[in-house]
Amino acid sequence: MNVLFFEVSLLLYFLGTALFLSQLAGRLEAVSQSAFVVAGSAFFFHTLALVSRMIEGGHIPLTTMHEVLSFFSWALVLVFLVVELRYRIHILGSFILPLAFISLISAAALPKEIKVLAPIFRNVWMHVTLSLLGTVAFAIAFVAGLMYLIQEHLLKSKHRNALYHKLPALDFLDDLNGKAISLGFPLLTLGIITGALFAEFTRGSFLNWNAEQIGALGTWLFYLVVLLGRVTVGWRAKRAAYLTVLGFAGVIFTLVGVLVKEHPFA
Amino acid sequence: MNIIIVGLNHRTAPVELRERLAVPESRLPEAVARLKGWPGVAESLILSTCNRVELYAVVKDTALGFESLREYFVKIAPTVSGEELVPYLYYFDGHDAIRHLFRVTSSLDSMVVGEPQILGQVKVAFDVALTQKTTGVVLNKVLKKAISVGKRVRSETGIAANAVSVSYAAVELAKKIFQNLAGKTVLLIGAGEMAKLAARHLMQAGMQNVMITTRNFELAVDVAKHFNGLPVPFNDFPEEMSNADIVICSTGAASYLVTAEDVQKALWTRRNRPMFLIDISVPRNIEPAVGAVDNAYLYNIDDLQGHVEKNLEQRRQEAMKAEDLVKDEVGLVTRWIKSLEVLPTILALRRKADDIQKGELERILSRLGPLTPRQRELVEELASAISNKLLHGALVALKAEADSTNGPLFTEIAQRLFDLEKEIEASQLKEAAEETRTVSPDDVH
Repeated sequence: MNVLFFEVSLLLYFLGTALFLSQLAGRLEAVSQSAFVVAGSAFFFHTLALVSRMIEGGHIPLTTMHEVLSFFSWALVLVFLVVELRYRIHILGSFILPLAFISLISAAALPKEIKVLAPIFRNVWMHVTLSLLGTVAFAIAFVAGLMYLIQEHLLKSKHRNALYHKLPALDFLDDLNGKAISLGFPLLTLGIITGALFAEFTRGSFLNWNAEQIGALGTWLFYLVVLLGRVTVGWRAKRAAYLTVLGFAGVIFTLVGVLVKEHPFA
Repeated sequence: MNIIIVGLNHRTAPVELRERLAVPESRLPEAVARLKGWPGVAESLILSTCNRVELYAVVKDTALGFESLREYFVKIAPTVSGEELVPYLYYFDGHDAIRHLFRVTSSLDSMVVGEPQILGQVKVAFDVALTQKTTGVVLNKVLKKAISVGKRVRSETGIAANAVSVSYAAVELAKKIFQNLAGKTVLLIGAGEMAKLAARHLMQAGMQNVMITTRNFELAVDVAKHFNGLPVPFNDFPEEMSNADIVICSTGAASYLVTAEDVQKALWTRRNRPMFLIDISVPRNIEPAVGAVDNAYLYNIDDLQGHVEKNLEQRRQEAMKAEDLVKDEVGLVTRWIKSLEVLPTILALRRKADDIQKGELERILSRLGPLTPRQRELVEELASAISNKLLHGALVALKAEADSTNGPLFTEIAQRLFDLEKEIEASQLKEAAEETRTVSPDDVH
């Protein structure tokens, strides 16, 4: 059942992504409205998929790579829907939906069966959820940074095209970027702490210098510097945008490259 | 009676000089009254804006009038010497003066063609002159006409759309840099009309804080009052710039007032919060390298107007339409001023009396039947004696005032009392027809 819901939502996300991308080029209000409706219903089926999976498996579905990526997409779209309803920035969807769709299609390519959890892994969802929510926040910062760089380029080169009109103001994007990082950083910090505690609990050491841990610590340090730079010496605006776009590449590296290989429970 | 103008504007004089000479609104009444008392000046008006200072006068002797106004100009600002000032002055009289005034009120002479503020500024100057009673028949009529021409140009041609679109573009751009203009601050460097218009539009869009700096601090205080803003001493503005989210520069100084280094420093102080800089000045007052500074967005007037050739052509056409309109109106007013001269009025009055006399005589003689030549002579004498004696006083008074400053007033009254307007118009048309007749053979060659 959960796989059916998942596939319906995947189809709807595909449609939503196509609509959101086509609204970039056009000026039709109808396109962006239907894109929003499609994204909303995709999110609805996606939620059904996650819930039914949880009921069927009897535990929070964050134990396989498929589940992690699926949850990541779900949280990303949730944030988009909230921001969209609050600020009405249609164009945000044109950036977030493709990201969510890519993550979801990677999930679709992975084995979908529900794993039977050893009792020792019962509480791992806390570590995974925190880390993932941190990642979602960094993804939002990445999207805001990307939009910032595009808008900044359009303003500097004095190109007032359709994209310029759709992208929001620079300081809004910078603000979104800053907020996303200040939210993502503590989440990642807690994710790392719970992860370390969990490692100590299961393997007897907080840190065993595997690639995942090094990646996570590197990401954490990077965002610490970005955050401190913003607060103290004014690394905002263009520099912040560049750094967060760059930082997210590191996050992807950690998330994909390392998790696929050898996460303890994968 | 001749209308003359001595003045300087953004094209002839550097901003440093213009700002020192500008007469603040608070001192305008006294200044215009003093000008009226100047030798040879019958009527006076002073138009002082950020881009121009102009003295208007009605004088009998044009050459003397020019000299008189020049002398007055030198005395406006104690810090400006004659040698420094005189090379920048322009002089207009008669037809040219009226044309200039009409072009000014139509904003064809403005830094940004089509800007709407100048019309209001002319109205203020006129109001001040009216309350000080320094204007008379000539300036009253010419100024009223100038204001109506300005309005016509605004409504009948598209030049006004240009200025509005420029400040609209500025607001639109500001909104792409700042999500919310409330709480943001704009700094006006120099207070040109276009800058003030843009600031006004920004305030309508929610902007609240305005800072103004001009070389002449008094002027900054004056302008700040209008915006409920903060005047900033000119020397302090590079430091104050870090508090400004938007900077509008419109001084027309000969060199760069804002350098890339200044902006970089300001951005450093404001922790890289973006700045939007608008350069309305010609030549530019903000160093173009500012555009390359991160987080600074520099737009000049051409960027705002958009470089599309079609727009440029369209603007040129609208300006030409406005010029044509001004030309027609100038012709009408010049003819009217000419009619205010005493001699044509006397002639018209005589002619009218003669016409009436002749008409009445013919009517009465045909009814009296056959008369002896002597009787006929007596009747004719009677008619002419009545009209001559009746007109005598009026003609003497008119002649006496021909050389005084009241001349135009008397002729205006005489024309009204005796209903001479049509009479004079007809003779002017005849004159004009004769002129073209005498010119046309030359044209054929």
